[in-house]
Amino acid sequence: MKAGLHTPRLHAPRLRTPLLFVGMAVLLIAVGVGQSWVVSLSILNLCLISAIMALGLNMQWGYAGLLNVGVMGFAALGGLAGVLISQSPVTEAWSAGGAGLGIALAVVVAAALLIVLLRRLVRRKALRTAGTAIIVVAGFFVARIFFDPAVDEIERIDSSTTGYLGGAGLPIILSWAVGGLLAAGAAWLIGKVALGLRSDYFAIATLGIAEIVITVIKNEDWLGRGVKNVTGLDRPVPYEIELQQSPWFLDLVHWLGADPITGSSIFVKLCYAVLFVLVLIAIVWLAERALNSPWGRMMRAIRDNEDAAAAMGKDVTRRHMQIFVLGAAVMGIAGAMLTTLDGQFTPGSYQPLRFTFLVWVMVIVGGSGNNWGAVFGGFLVWFVWVEAEPAGFWLMDAITAGLPEDNPLRAHLLDSAAYMRLIVMGLILLVVMRFSPRGIIPERRGR
Amino acid sequence: MSFLTGEGMTGGYGGADIIRDCTIEAEQGEVAVIVGPNGAGKSTAMKAVFGMIMLREGTVRLDGEDITRLSPQERVRKGMGFVPQERNVFTTMTVQENLEMGAYIRDVGVADTMARVFDLFPILKERRLQPAGELSGGQRQQVAIGRALMTEPRLLMLDEPTAGVSPVVMDDLFDRILEIRATGIAILMVEQNAAQALTIADRGYVLVTGQNRHTDTGEALLADPEVRRSFLGG
Amino acid sequence: MTDVANAIVLLLNFVIVPGVAYGSQLALGALGVTLIFGILRFANFAHGDVMAFGTMVVLLTTWWFQGMGVGIAPLPTALIALPFGIVGAAAFNLAADRVVFRFYRRRKSPPVILLIASVGVMFALQGIVRFIIGPDDRRLADGARFIIKASEFKAATGLKEGLAIKLSQGLTLGVAAIAVAALFWFLHRTRAGKAMRAYSDNEDLALLSGVSPDRVVFYAWLIAGTLAAVAGTMYGIDKSYKPFTYFQLLLPIFASAILGGIGHPIGAVAGGFIVALSETAVTYAYKKFLRYLVPESWEPSGLMQLLSTDYKLAISFVILVVVLLVRPTGIFRGRVLS
Repeated sequence: MKAGLHTPRLHAPRLRTPLLFVGMAVLLIAVGVGQSWVVSLSILNLCLISAIMALGLNMQWGYAGLLNVGVMGFAALGGLAGVLISQSPVTEAWSAGGAGLGIALAVVVAAALLIVLLRRLVRRKALRTAGTAIIVVAGFFVARIFFDPAVDEIERIDSSTTGYLGGAGLPIILSWAVGGLLAAGAAWLIGKVALGLRSDYFAIATLGIAEIVITVIKNEDWLGRGVKNVTGLDRPVPYEIELQQSPWFLDLVHWLGADPITGSSIFVKLCYAVLFVLVLIAIVWLAERALNSPWGRMMRAIRDNEDAAAAMGKDVTRRHMQIFVLGAAVMGIAGAMLTTLDGQFTPGSYQPLRFTFLVWVMVIVGGSGNNWGAVFGGFLVWFVWVEAEPAGFWLMDAITAGLPEDNPLRAHLLDSAAYMRLIVMGLILLVVMRFSPRGIIPERRGR
Repeated sequence: MSFLTGEGMTGGYGGADIIRDCTIEAEQGEVAVIVGPNGAGKSTAMKAVFGMIMLREGTVRLDGEDITRLSPQERVRKGMGFVPQERNVFTTMTVQENLEMGAYIRDVGVADTMARVFDLFPILKERRLQPAGELSGGQRQQVAIGRALMTEPRLLMLDEPTAGVSPVVMDDLFDRILEIRATGIAILMVEQNAAQALTIADRGYVLVTGQNRHTDTGEALLADPEVRRSFLGG
Repeated sequence: MTDVANAIVLLLNFVIVPGVAYGSQLALGALGVTLIFGILRFANFAHGDVMAFGTMVVLLTTWWFQGMGVGIAPLPTALIALPFGIVGAAAFNLAADRVVFRFYRRRKSPPVILLIASVGVMFALQGIVRFIIGPDDRRLADGARFIIKASEFKAATGLKEGLAIKLSQGLTLGVAAIAVAALFWFLHRTRAGKAMRAYSDNEDLALLSGVSPDRVVFYAWLIAGTLAAVAGTMYGIDKSYKPFTYFQLLLPIFASAILGGIGHPIGAVAGGFIVALSETAVTYAYKKFLRYLVPESWEPSGLMQLLSTDYKLAISFVILVVVLLVRPTGIFRGRVLS
């Protein structure tokens, strides 16, 4: 019955998603053919990482309606895990300052326990607030007594190359899991404080907390060398230089008729791509299962009507905490993967625009509430973000082609072409919100 | 044809109709009161008169003019004043500012009207520089009524003006309403305190499930044994 | 006694004076955010960049004036360029409302949607500003540098510590005072201002009273743009102009607005000063200050600094989080304009 009417409606969305991904692949191939395969694969790898970050945010915003504007902080914590896992420990630093740091940590933990105890035992609100404040202040100063000299000692040790505690000396690929855990732990703490706030306050609070996370990572040199950066991180894949000297690789390149240097670069990027695709598939699979489970349905029910859900006896804050921690873990994994791909950890490079707001554009444009939408948004938006710069340059060059080379306007426009990407991003976000508010691959409703 | 005639009004909020074929009239210099059990559509009927819900059927006429399609704001300009049941004052603004906001659409004669409102509610004159949010419930209702009077309406509509105030304050408010009636304004009022409200009503409407059940003078309704039994608790 | 005087002067010079100047700038910014929140009920993430945009117009106009040799020395040329910046920022806000926000307003979209739309505006605006003037740090101040020089102060008082007040600091406070006074006069004494407060307080009742929402929203954007241009310009004169810094200012500005009670103008002003003074007070090294006050034997060995200056931004957020936990409505129970 009525098959004729129903068929196109059913088919359109089914075909649409694969077609969009095919289109994305065509774009990447076009870059490979037109620009270079190295560039194309670099974009692909970052597209994959972006897709994972977008998945994390999609869990929080798309499933549960949490306005997390602190993506950057979780990504940076994941990145920090790359350092903490893969670098070899600096033993002199540990022996010089380890004890002091340990005591400071113990003081902080003791203060935290005291606060918990106080809040359990004391009923009067004023007393509780005052007591908490006193313990926080006292704990801060006592911890500083041990913390400051220890940090000085640690940072003094060979500061041009280390000056920090180093890491665990384990394979960096482990940091992907640890980064997720680190971000999840932070999310739990943040959630304790901020969940339950009105959504705009929650947004501003997370924005600020992410900023604090970055400030701490930038300034606490003993932890991850701060803005002095950690470079030359361990790799989960072979080095180009090794490949160029391996007979099997040279044979392979020869057989393919390629150049060994470009070939090795492409090979390394392909290795990363394979690893990233595996992670992406695993996360999408889990996310899809979660979204379509009773748990996922309840999450969306809470999102669509928080009051009704609360009235039905659902513990809204608890559910929000679960999804907030899970989403943050996914962002942390993506952050660790990014540090791994970069081979370095540079706290100064964490900008909210790139690490928070761009991910937001990915989710909104791709389609919040739909995992495939988030993945597609990650791909498309990252692609545009990268390619807007050469495109802007080309556009400016074309517009000003009539002007002489040394014309100041021409020079200025060419110089500024890079900022086209910001304008393009804003416009994409606004246009999608206006004309396709549910995104390119919208949420499937009514299941 | 009365001054205000809402005739055969049928409508609600989107889905099901809350009032059906409901007729409400009010005359200048008279008080008309709508009473009825909870969920009878009393407030809805008044909102329909004021244009806050769209009617599927029926018409609303004011002074012979068909206003069925006008927005509430346009009806204010036609001479309707409305006092909502809740959130009916600007809590952070002073009493005087509340009254000024009432007269927002007027350019001349505002001072005279305000003087008359202050005559009607002397306590407001005393408190005119105090934020309305700091006043007692009864005084707030006076501010709310005063605000609506500032447009010099020909029809004043009050949605449960005595909700949540003490009996003494309620009597006082009813006295003021009679004073307002004496100035020749038509008054339409929805009331939960049916027995007391009907004592001042020139015209009473008993609504049940969105339909007119009894219509008569306040006095007659109070005397009607069936009305007494069903709606006035004996 | 002189030691106490020296200690006080030291604190004035390094904590109070810079804190008050910065506080005025934050207050102006927070007023704009709070005004938009009070009327349109959303947190405008583009506000910092509107400040950058307005200040950019001021900077371009200043260069133009300087090129023509027009100036008002000893006052900075930027002051006479300020009206152009105000027109620019207000025009941008109104255009953004027309192109972006009005659509969602008319559909009565939830505030969160407007917030996300403001992120889109923020992106585009950051691009526009950098496209026109670039990302570099630029000087906006010219003319005299000081009202009181440290050396003059020392000579006049005979104290060891000097007190310097920069012209830009005095100007900031003065301009902020005028702007705040004008805003309060507008909100409390004019018909349009009262209509705005009424709309913010009780939207439905304001509509019943015949207040035109489009008119109120128009004024809100206009004033927020004006305040943004003034705040941005004063910050630029006092420090320097760098577009990214203005985006970062968004954070302490939000903190100030929420601390004071969002939607509450007096709260925004108070919040601005509290955040700014906390920032300078917590990151100041009190070693020298204490040396004047305590016996020599007690002299502290460390810098006596609570937190390094790198944590400036973090402080406003610690304050913010504490406020959100202890008293989410802020000092002055916000949410409406009053």
